[in-house]
Amino acid sequence: MRTLRETDVMVIGGGPAGLSAAAEAASFGCDVTLVESDLALGGQLIKQTHKFFGSKDERAGTRGFKISELLLEELSGYGNVKAYTNCTATGYYPEDGVVTCVRAEDEYFKIKPKKIVMATGAQERLIPFPNNHLPGVYGAGAVQTLMNVYGVKPGDKVLMVGAGNIGLIVSYQLIQAGVQVAGIVEAMDKVGGYWVHAAKVRRLGVPIYLRHTIVEAIGEQYVTGAVIQEIDERFQPQGERKSVDVDIICMAVGLSPTCELLWQAGCEMVFVPELCGYVAQRDRNMRTSHKDIWVAGDAAGIEEASSAMVEGRIAGVSTARALGRGTHEEHEKRLAEYHRRLDDLRGGEVGEKICQGLSCCTVDCWEV
Amino acid sequence: MTDKQKLFNSGILTEERPGAVSPPRDLWENKKNGLVIIECPQRIPCNPCHTSCPTGAVVPFDDINDQPQIDYTKCTGCARCVAVCPGLACFVVDLTWGDESKALMKLPYEMLPSPEEGRQVDCLNREGNVVAKGTIVRVTEPMHDKTKVVQVEVPKDLVMDIRAIKVV
Repeated sequence: MRTLRETDVMVIGGGPAGLSAAAEAASFGCDVTLVESDLALGGQLIKQTHKFFGSKDERAGTRGFKISELLLEELSGYGNVKAYTNCTATGYYPEDGVVTCVRAEDEYFKIKPKKIVMATGAQERLIPFPNNHLPGVYGAGAVQTLMNVYGVKPGDKVLMVGAGNIGLIVSYQLIQAGVQVAGIVEAMDKVGGYWVHAAKVRRLGVPIYLRHTIVEAIGEQYVTGAVIQEIDERFQPQGERKSVDVDIICMAVGLSPTCELLWQAGCEMVFVPELCGYVAQRDRNMRTSHKDIWVAGDAAGIEEASSAMVEGRIAGVSTARALGRGTHEEHEKRLAEYHRRLDDLRGGEVGEKICQGLSCCTVDCWEV
Repeated sequence: MTDKQKLFNSGILTEERPGAVSPPRDLWENKKNGLVIIECPQRIPCNPCHTSCPTGAVVPFDDINDQPQIDYTKCTGCARCVAVCPGLACFVVDLTWGDESKALMKLPYEMLPSPEEGRQVDCLNREGNVVAKGTIVRVTEPMHDKTKVVQVEVPKDLVMDIRAIKVV
């Protein structure tokens, strides 16, 4: 660990929230260092070939990967942003506020930032069932990466597990890639994603089995089928077991916030089911209980990419303000605008749950 | 839960609901170029149908989560919303097209193979069942973003069933 780099704002994670936070902080003249563990910036956006919802402000009607390109274009306009890809933040050391990083396999260095935005995203959840170790059982993120980033067709016939937005959207994208979708199983009694996403795949002949789950994967060396079954109110399998011939089982059963660095930093954490796991307590402007650390995007609670981008912007403004960059009027103006957008995005049926979750982890303001 | 409710919960529209209503029949019958049908029965944060509408037929939203309401006197059947809607929930139906038994539908399409004019296609209902054969009349890509708007001649009595095509 030879080098110690100093920076005003370190952004950890180069997805929609991190890129937005970096752009916003940079626009106030902060020196920004962004680290991204993947080979490319953009996070999950680069795999999203569907058009986004929201309003013009969140670029509704634009495909996800295009939004990533637009954010990168915005960032490239700032000379004060340094982005490292293939670079993982491996630890936070509270005693001196240093973040350790490893780039590629063996290049270690330390960063000492004045402020940090944790935009570390999320991890996919899995559910246990016999044979779930077989090749052919994928997370939805991996299927999207294969198809939409590398242009590799993951298989010929898929069973999708989960009818949230990810399960529904990835099913649609699989059909676009020429993969047959044998069906989608969903444990709840209605689809969890947007109804219109479900309608899109239904009219292409994809059955959605509500109150069903996968009970077993079939195959010796790799997946050759799956067994699905209805479940009762207590999620216990009941009734007839149905076999489906598939060579891929795609898991889209939810995400959990990636929060290890927040724990390391000693941020006050709270378990919020509506936000899908442990999240940091934060004030309205995304500052955690640690006065130098902010959080944004899925790391702050699982939500849509459109809200992640707005949260990133809010965290960006707020860090700049804490560093004394920019005018009070400008901060207030931008924050008011971003809060208005967030409130709009959360005003619908799906947003109700998010708001309920946020009420459990948002504080009025931190005592200074 | 009723079977109808179950179907709806899995993404099949079973009856008219707020955000999913059909045009007034008398206006629709004689409206050259057609009128839009939007099937958006859930409050979600999304408004491109309104912001892209060149005539103001999709009336302004108070809240971005509002469901689209249509002023059918203003709709020209231009199908811009068909091309723009991220939910692929807009469809234009022209009942004045062709002879008595035919109608023209303008449907969004993002699949392969590419649709070609003059070609016969399968017409699918909301559950993906083939309910008729149709003929592609015209293919456009209004936003130049790979979402095509395919104009298909279909049997008139099936315009409230057909919601997609399959190019075979």
